[in-house]
Amino acid sequence: MFAKTIPGKTMLSLAAGLSVLAMTGTAWAQRDPAYAAARAAGEVGEKTDGYLGYVTSPNAAVRHLVDDINIKRRALYSQKAQAANATVEEYAFSSGCQLILQTVPGEKYEGPNGGWLTRSSAPPQRDSRCP
Amino acid sequence: MMHGELTTGSGAATNCSMQEKHHSKGSGWRAACAATMLAAGSLAMSGCISVSAPDKPIVIELNINIKQEVIYRLSADAANTIESNKDIF
Repeated sequence: MFAKTIPGKTMLSLAAGLSVLAMTGTAWAQRDPAYAAARAAGEVGEKTDGYLGYVTSPNAAVRHLVDDINIKRRALYSQKAQAANATVEEYAFSSGCQLILQTVPGEKYEGPNGGWLTRSSAPPQRDSRCP
Repeated sequence: MMHGELTTGSGAATNCSMQEKHHSKGSGWRAACAATMLAAGSLAMSGCISVSAPDKPIVIELNINIKQEVIYRLSADAANTIESNKDIF
């Protein structure tokens, strides 16, 4: 399940995975540099459903990284949704609203019509249900 | 089978019997045909109603109504979750 491509990343993923499993709730440092780079390059973007999506066809390393993050997001969403008496989809969608709002100029996000948009300095175009 | 006998018998004289036989045979076939069409029709109708018409609109409406409320309620919770799990967001 965890990264087996690059040794350095294996350590990071393993540690991140363990922290999720242990449900410590403490903030894990920051984004994986490769993930941050893929975001900045517009290769991956925030979807309206609360998960990451591929804007362009990803290489193996990026695909592995993003799939891993989405699995962890789903685990977190389902845990939090249960505590909040909501469905995973509802919690994930609500998170997606926030995550699209938190994108910085140049990053990609999924617009209300399903297409990829590039965040500018203006507020992002979000689903009408977003608060 | 009956039709074959009639045509091979003689051409002109068997007009009456031909009509009779044809009629009796035809009514049976017609009844079967009508029954088949009825069955097919009711099948098609039940298919239309249960599959295409009501399902989609109802489901979508419900989703929109539920989400609109719940998303607002979950907003602060979701923001906290994102804030405390920066590695995966």
